[in-house]
Order: sequence, then structure tokens, then C-alpha cells
Amino acid sequence: METREHYLNAGHSLKSWLLTKDHKRIAILYLITVTIFFFIGGIFASLIRVELMTPQGDLVSSETYNKLFTMHGVAMIFFFLIPSIPATLGNFFLPMMIGARDLAFPRVNLLSWYLLVIGGAFALFAMLAGGVDTGWTFYTPYSTTYSNTWVIATALGIFVAGFSSILTGLNFIVTVHRMRAPGLTWFRMPLFVWANYATAVIQVLGTPVVAVTIVLVFCERVFHIGIFDPALGGDPVLFQHMFWFYSHPAVYIMVLPAMGVISEIISVYSRKPVFGYHFVAFSSMAIAVIGFLVWGHHLFVSTQSVYAGLVFSFLSYFVAIPSAVKVFNWTATLYKGSISYATPMLYAFGFIGLFTIGGLTGLFVASLGFDVHVTDTYFVVAHFHYVMVGGTIMAFLGGLHYWWPKMTGRMYPENWAKLSAAIIFIGFNLTFFPQFILGYLGMPRRYHVYPDEFQVLHVLSTAGASVLAIGYLFPMVYLMWSLRYGEVVGRNPWGATGLEWKTQSPPPVHNFDEIPVVTHEAYDYSTVIKEGVEVG
Amino acid sequence: MAEHAHAESLALREQFDTAEQQKESSTFGMWIFLITEVMFFGGLFLAYTIYRNTYPTVFGMASTSLNAVIGALNTAVLLCSSFTMVMAVRAAQLGKRKAIIVFLILTLLLGLVFLGVKAYEWNEKYVEHHIPGASFHFEGTAQQGPAQLFFSLYFAMTGLHALHMVIGAGILCWLLYHAARGRFTAEYMTPVDIAGLYWHFVDIIWIFLFPLLYLIDRHMK
Amino acid sequence: MSEHVDSVKTYTAVWLILLVLTGVTTAVAYIDLGAFSIVVALVIAAVKMLLVALFFMHMRHSTSLTKLAAAGAFLWLFFMLAFTLADVWTRGLVGTPGR
Repeated sequence: METREHYLNAGHSLKSWLLTKDHKRIAILYLITVTIFFFIGGIFASLIRVELMTPQGDLVSSETYNKLFTMHGVAMIFFFLIPSIPATLGNFFLPMMIGARDLAFPRVNLLSWYLLVIGGAFALFAMLAGGVDTGWTFYTPYSTTYSNTWVIATALGIFVAGFSSILTGLNFIVTVHRMRAPGLTWFRMPLFVWANYATAVIQVLGTPVVAVTIVLVFCERVFHIGIFDPALGGDPVLFQHMFWFYSHPAVYIMVLPAMGVISEIISVYSRKPVFGYHFVAFSSMAIAVIGFLVWGHHLFVSTQSVYAGLVFSFLSYFVAIPSAVKVFNWTATLYKGSISYATPMLYAFGFIGLFTIGGLTGLFVASLGFDVHVTDTYFVVAHFHYVMVGGTIMAFLGGLHYWWPKMTGRMYPENWAKLSAAIIFIGFNLTFFPQFILGYLGMPRRYHVYPDEFQVLHVLSTAGASVLAIGYLFPMVYLMWSLRYGEVVGRNPWGATGLEWKTQSPPPVHNFDEIPVVTHEAYDYSTVIKEGVEVG
Repeated sequence: MAEHAHAESLALREQFDTAEQQKESSTFGMWIFLITEVMFFGGLFLAYTIYRNTYPTVFGMASTSLNAVIGALNTAVLLCSSFTMVMAVRAAQLGKRKAIIVFLILTLLLGLVFLGVKAYEWNEKYVEHHIPGASFHFEGTAQQGPAQLFFSLYFAMTGLHALHMVIGAGILCWLLYHAARGRFTAEYMTPVDIAGLYWHFVDIIWIFLFPLLYLIDRHMK
Repeated sequence: MSEHVDSVKTYTAVWLILLVLTGVTTAVAYIDLGAFSIVVALVIAAVKMLLVALFFMHMRHSTSLTKLAAAGAFLWLFFMLAFTLADVWTRGLVGTPGR
């Protein structure tokens, strides 16, 4: 039986994968890489949660515990979350969604992947050689002067991975500006493209600052050229300003693409255009811009001036507005829609609920007075896990399921997928909701020894983490299973709009046999032909 | 006419529809990259601003220990190299192969002169014990820490700049290799164009580094 | 080719102005202008930058998008400097939060 040629079977050698210029293959390479780092970060998380089941520091020493939470953060943030959606789903679908044959600079795209791998290798080396214990935030002067762990190797790893991110952003920006298909005006683009574009702007403007900050930490450790060293009159808080100038926008790098995925999913599974398309598009840009002006809310108790704190606090409230706009518009999209409860939609519902909680608690900590009470407690830990795990990771899984048939030509098993989504939702809330309470009651973060009265909540949290871990394992198994045994799908099993659904599943190497000419608005369901396996 | 079309179709990559789209994309891509460089150096300018604000006197003293005349002359060298670089780009726009090569070589030479002078200056700092570290000592002030901060920034900023110059020199060599082979024509000179953007940008960084590092409180000398 | 080829004259003029401005900024540094010294130095540097950008980097002829992107970079640099200075300049005026 003859098999149609597509991007997966056009060349089977290792070389055809490792030297590919095809954005779709590069996306798959990224998917494998980030999944590996998700696993690594997950192992550290498991060790943390096991340790925290008991009030004593009995599983690991304090020094080791410092390494565990540091490496959990480094692996998850720099090597999983930051690349996750843009470099996998964005890489795969952004060119297709705008009717292009590839990104503007395919070889730069491949280089981006290699940089992530090389950076990851440095970080992994550091982890295996003894670890790093500074916290993923590398505050000075501990990281520059006093820590005896593998700071330099980890810093190098993050530096290199940062350039991976910068180049991806550069590629996306040029692609969206210069390679849209005929008729595809800015306001006809899918919102996923807008989201990735806004993310790319952040990557390009913010990442270089953390890169140079890391260079300075490196110089201070290696050459003893200190600029953050208080003994020389240096200012450790300057490090924090420089670090968070990037690291706050970084959280928007992590969440904006997720929001783009949700826009796509909500629309398809309500069979309605996204309500307030322009508002949602502009809100992505607004988050990208305003998100650069709020970093001082990480410095509220650092001896930063209270006046600066005031300004940063106000702006932090302001940046919540565009996020809220999105949530309202998604909700309005659902109204009178033809709702399908396929797995991606379940993840989207989960996202909306959990991101709202995470986002609202962000406002709690954005309030200077309240933050003085809960900063460096589990309240903050819960807040950011709600947005990054309850938010981004759920959107990532939703997007992965939504686009899986397009990427692989196979449908995932719906019942297992629904079950996994439910397990993940339950496990997630059981893990992290108790942490809000813990934090409010005063449990500090980065501590593994705690008063007995906190144990119940910690045990609940660890139980939840076990459930969550199982929930994450299921998709890894059934998605792999589906590659062989999943139902074969046609071009458009979901009846979605978007140029990517007009071509075959899996797509041909050059995406389209003929570059489409776009004549209608995004999310125009009147023009859609549903073709292939349907699940609902 | 057919030869021109041939030149552009040879160089056209498959993701692009037209040579013009490719050229515009490449140029815009370089500008975006330069934006990342602004933010990269920007972090150092931030640190400089904060510390100069905190230690104005010591920074002034440290700055005047640098040789402003040499600094100014080196600035002039770099500006000349920008002139020769844009002349190389112009030559490429006009398809003048020999002129491209001559101007690229001049640019490279001027860049190497700049780096040579920088090496000399750094050596001076080494001799005077102004390199941060164990043997640092700056005459004339008790505030050794802040003085060391100035020189840390001096070496970080001029060092990063010099690294960019070295990379630029490498790029110029690569351009020379291809120019000698007649690869650049009036229809296809994008690599020269975008290398020019990079070179000018590195020059702009120095345009700011020179007064900020060399010219603080000169009048007090 | 729609490309704009500037004249040798233009480039030479810009080059000479740049050299003159370098001399000026060096000479002016030896004059006591108090707080204005830094302002003058930065203004001259900015003028030199604009000359290099507009003429040598052909920004005069580039798209609005390119100009916007370049302006954006400087705006972001400004944000970074301004908000950090907002902290440094106002420290110690009132007590630290949490104390």
C-alpha cells in the first residue's frame, strides 16, 4: 500500500532529523527535549514533596534541599516552560497558520534547538556533578561569592538557552511581519499567532538583560570582578533589578502562548468566533508591554524604595486588566456556543478556572502591604504554580491534544485522555490549594523543616502531587500508543478554521501544495469542512 | 538582464517567494538582532548609571586615569571604519567587486587597529594595577571598592565591545572571501548590507562608551 | 532596483561631522559645566548615533517598521533605567516596607 509522503516519513536517517530545516521536525525535536526536562524537573519536585511530608528534615540535608528546589526551578522554567509552547506548537503551527512554507530563518530555528540542547547539557552536568543551591533566582552575593556549588555551569546553561529563546523570538517576529499569505491581514490572523508574536517581542527585549546579568555573575565568580559585591560598595539589589527585569516578563513568555492556545480551543469547541477578537489580540500586546514595567513587585521587601514599590504595585494591578479581558472574552465566546467536551476543551476549562485563581492571587501579592506578610511563603509558591501549572501546562496539554491529529495523522484515545485530564485537575488542586493556606499561615518557602501544625496540609499537598504525577504519565503513554494504534484522521477532524486544517494530516514537507489566498476572517465557521474522525 | 535574474534565483531560499521578500526579511532580522544587542549592552549601561550615580567622585577620578587622547583617537579610528564599511556597502550596491574588496580590507584593518590600541590600553591598566582582583590598587582615594567597581564596568563594557569587534572582524573575513569570489552583485549584496548594520551598531556602542568611560570630570584634572 | 544609493559626498560629509563631534566632545569635557557636562556628552553622542543610524545604516530609507523597532529598543532601555533609578533615587526617604 503506498504511503503519502509527509514531513515525518520524508527521510528516516538520524541526519535527516538532526540537520533538518523543517520547522515541523524541529518542533518535534523540541517536544522531545522539553519533555525530558519536564521529567527531570518533575523528579526534583517529587523529592521535594516527599521530604515535605514530615516536619523534620529527615530525607535530605538542608544543603541538599536547597539544591532540590533550585534545580526544580531551573529545569522547569528555563528548559521546559519558556520553550514549551512557542518552540513546539508555535514552531509547528505558526508558519502554517499564516500560510507560509517555513519560518523566515529555518537554519536559525535549528540553531535555536541546538542551543537549548547545549544549554540543557550544561545544566544537566551541573545537576549531576553536585547541583546548585542558590535558588533559580541566583541572588547575590550568595551566588557570586559564597555558594560552593555549580553556579557557573548552571549559569552558562541558562545563558545559552537564553539565546535559543532570543533567536526563536527573532524568527517569529520576522516571519509574522514578512511571510503572511496573500490576503492574511493582521486582523485575520488566528489569535495563537498574535499570542506568539507578543511573546516573541518579550523574548527579544527581555532575555538579553538576564543574559548580561548572568555574564556579570559569571565574571564575579571566575575573575572576581565584582559589581554586586557589597564589600566593594556593590549593590545586591541591583542584581535583583536586572534579574527580574527579564524574569518578570519571562512569566508572560510562559503564559501568553498558553492563552493563545486557549483562544483557539475555546473557539473550535464552541464553534464560534472568539468574542472580541480585536480586544484579545490587543490584550496580548498590552501584556507584553506592561509586563515589562512591573518587575519591582519581586523587590518589595528587598530594601527597594517604598515609592518605587508603590509605582510597581500600581502597574502590577494594571497588567492584570488585559488578562481579565481575555478571560471575559473567552467566557463570552462560550455563550450560546455549540459546546463540545472533547479533551482539549476540558483542559481549556481547567485553564480558565485555575488561571483565574492564580491571576487573582497575583493581585493579592501585588499589594505591597499584603505581600510583606506572604512574601517568601508558600502563598507565593501556590500563586505561581496556579498560573504556570494550572495555566500554562494545562494549555500545553490542551494544545497538544488539539493539534495531535494534525501533527501525527492519528487521534488520541478520547476516554483515556478525558480521564487523565480529570486526574490532573484533581491532583493539581490537591497539591497546590493547601499551599495557599500554608503560606498564609506563615510556612516559608525553600524550607524543609517546619512546625508540626503544618504537616496535615503538607501531606495533602504531597498526596496531590502523587495524583498529579500519575495524571501526567498517562498522556505520555497513550499519546505514544496512538502513534501506532490511534485512529487515522483526515484533514480536519475537529471542523476547525485555520489554514493548518486545510492541509493533510500529517502535513506535507512544504506545508501546502499551493499557498492559500485568505479571503475571510479568522474563525469563520461557515467555510469549514469537517473531514475525518470526529470525537466529542 | 537574464544574468541578474539568475543571480537572484540562485540565492533565493525556498521559504521565500521573491528575492525582495528575502532581502527585506534578512534586513529586518538583523535589525531585530541589533535590538537584542541594545538590551544586552543596556544591562551594563544600567549598572554603570547606578554606580556612577552612587559614587560620582570616585568614578570621576577613575575615569581621568584613562588616556582621553588615545580614547578619542581610537574613537576616530572606529568612525573611519564605519565610513569605509558604508563605502563597501555602496560598492556592493553598485556591483563594483574590486571596490567592495578594497573597502572591506580597509574596514578590517581599521578594526584591527582599534583592537590593537585597546590591547595597549588594557596593558596600561594592568601595569598600573587597575585591573580588578587581588592586585587592584587605585591611588588617591580610600574608596578602593567603588574604584574597583568602575574598572570592573570598564573592562566588562570595553571587553564585551571588543568581543563584538572580534566577531565583526571574523564576519568581514567571511565577506572578503565571498567578495573575492564575485558572489556579491547589485542584485544580491544582502550579506554585505546586514554585516554593515552590525558593524555600525558596534560603532554606536563605542560612541556612547567613550564619553561615559573616558570623559567623566575631565575638567577636574 | 529600488534601492537608494547615497553619494560619496553624503557619506564623506557625515564622516567628517562625526570626527568633528568626537573632537568637540573631548574638548568640552575639559570645560567645567557642572551637572551639564553629562547632558552635553550624551547629546553629542546621541547626535553621532543618529548620524550613523540614519546615514550609514540607511535608516533614512528604511521602513517605518524598522524605525519603530529601533525606537522601541531605546524606549525599553529607558524603561529599564528610569524605573531602576526611581528606586535608587528614592531610597531612604521613607522606611523600608516590613520594618
